[in-house]
Amino acid sequence: MNKIPVAIIGSGNIGTDLINKIRRSSLLEMTWMCGVIPESDGLARARSLGYKTTHQGIEDLLQHAGDFQIVFDATTAKAHVLHAELLRKAGKIAIDLTPAAVGPYVVPTVNIQQHLDKMNVNLTTCGGQATTPIIAAINRASHVEYAEIVSTISSKSAGPGTRQNIDEFTQTTAEGLVQIGGAGRGKAIIVLNPAEPPILMRNTVYAIVQELDEEAITRQVEAMAAAVKQYVPGYKLKAKPIYDRRDRKVTVLLEVEGAGDYLPKYAGNLDIMTSAAVRVAEEFARKLLGNGAGQEAQSKASVSGQGVSR
Amino acid sequence: MNTKALRVCDVTLRDGDHAMEHQFTVEQIRTIARGLDEAGVPLIEVTHGDGLAGSSIQYGISREPEEEYIEAAAEVIRHGKLTVLLLPGIGTQKELKQAAGWGAKVVRVATHCTEADISEQHIGLAKKLGMEVGGFLMMSHMAPPSKLAEQAKLMESYGADCVYIVDSAGALLVTETRERVRALRDALSDSTAVGFHGHNNLCLSVANTLVAIEEGATWIDGSTCGLGAGSGNTPTEVLVAVLKKMNLETGVDLFRLMDVAEEMVRPIMLHPTTIDRACLTIGYAGVYSTFLRHAERAAEKFHVDARDILVELGRRKTVGGQEDMIVDVAVELSERQTHAKAIQ
Repeated sequence: MNKIPVAIIGSGNIGTDLINKIRRSSLLEMTWMCGVIPESDGLARARSLGYKTTHQGIEDLLQHAGDFQIVFDATTAKAHVLHAELLRKAGKIAIDLTPAAVGPYVVPTVNIQQHLDKMNVNLTTCGGQATTPIIAAINRASHVEYAEIVSTISSKSAGPGTRQNIDEFTQTTAEGLVQIGGAGRGKAIIVLNPAEPPILMRNTVYAIVQELDEEAITRQVEAMAAAVKQYVPGYKLKAKPIYDRRDRKVTVLLEVEGAGDYLPKYAGNLDIMTSAAVRVAEEFARKLLGNGAGQEAQSKASVSGQGVSR
Repeated sequence: MNTKALRVCDVTLRDGDHAMEHQFTVEQIRTIARGLDEAGVPLIEVTHGDGLAGSSIQYGISREPEEEYIEAAAEVIRHGKLTVLLLPGIGTQKELKQAAGWGAKVVRVATHCTEADISEQHIGLAKKLGMEVGGFLMMSHMAPPSKLAEQAKLMESYGADCVYIVDSAGALLVTETRERVRALRDALSDSTAVGFHGHNNLCLSVANTLVAIEEGATWIDGSTCGLGAGSGNTPTEVLVAVLKKMNLETGVDLFRLMDVAEEMVRPIMLHPTTIDRACLTIGYAGVYSTFLRHAERAAEKFHVDARDILVELGRRKTVGGQEDMIVDVAVELSERQTHAKAIQ
């Protein structure tokens, strides 16, 4: 089977975890990792696995633009705004794991098919990746008038970027519930818990629906959880959806355990981001490889001078 | 004993919002805020119990929009300062700006006591808006004094004018309060105040407040009739009376404050402020006081004992804001019960 060559910008925890997941993919071929810190563990790992690396940033990486077609950006929002422009000019598909949101928000099980013509997509937030599919699923059974989600993550898994910009999480996640999940209104809450040993990521999804069809909602939610589980093995419903007839309220309790690739198992919040990013890249790859209705993306790829790797 | 002027912050219309199950009317807010202001209370806090934008399925939907509550209070407060609460992760800078526009002059920015670094943007914005800022280290019983001092210094570095030891679970013993307030007082610069916010689940709120003052705390929280989460807060009118007897001036008119408590607050209370077994369990197990009503409701829905839920929440080291864990735990306990019955 042919594979699409990919590169990673950012040699921190997220970038390094991505390597493991890309290696397991039947559609993606890892090529380059790009960082800015020569002695970073991520670059060392990439080298030891036989991949090419640079610590001289994106300009240096793009000297080798012929080596890859899709680029994962696991740096920062500020950096991605600069990278996005350069990647666009180079004709590369950018999978953005930062909060920059240059491109549309994508969630693999919900809306990726609508955005395979874009050259830049954003992975929204970890809470969004965990909860938006459930809102979308409930919405298939009955219109969600109001969606509210609470993500609780271990303090250890919340990096300085998340901490300093915690409002970005609440705002972006809430927007995603409406834009992607289809809810009338959305609200998101994040709680950090410092307990030792660190807790697994948990999410609670509340939905006020137009009509409380318990059977239909349960069926949709369970099907969706199974679909997410395909690319996030540690994703699970903690119980059957809970119903409150009086308030037309659905409550869904979720837990996300990480795969324990490079990041520890408690960091399900980071794992769901890297897993979703790889799944999104695979959808692009499938299209580029011509398995789907991939004419448009193929022609874009040829315009960029890369052609389709065969 | 510290002689610096004490600054009482009354939280009846914020922490009391938990006890009122978020059902305050705008008129009640207006009446009580006016009463507190006329009694000379310097800081009057009005917000959803869980802070700005706290109205939610997770924490309870407010009866009226936030804007109406805050504006009603702003209209009647003449002498004191309208204060609001913000929990980063729930409320955002957007709501803080709005609240400042509605007339809030002081904000308390609250984080779990080990997570102060999520408050940098909010404290910074409040200072830019010209507000006074109190940093709120919630669940202070869960961290040792040295850790609290380190976290308080972070808040100070972001611009906080005061940092509070917040006994959200009403779990602190008197010596523990003393050590914690002392650690903050030692660590912070003289120009930064130290505050104390108590809950009465172990009947220690007034005693804890007194040792906090002895150790240099000057921003002191209370609630009329103790109206607040769990067994409620340090009763402001009781505290003011005790301080008066100790010749410590607060600038609050004791009898007027008693009248607010007796005539305006007590008649509208949904439950008496008391230390029943659920509240006592909260103080004993060190659980967020706000969990009380949620745990009682979950206990009823899933046919389990509220105390078992609370103890389990303590064992899992839950923090403020994790109200969704209450249902999670209740479901698990109920499944365990069903299973136990089935094998009997």
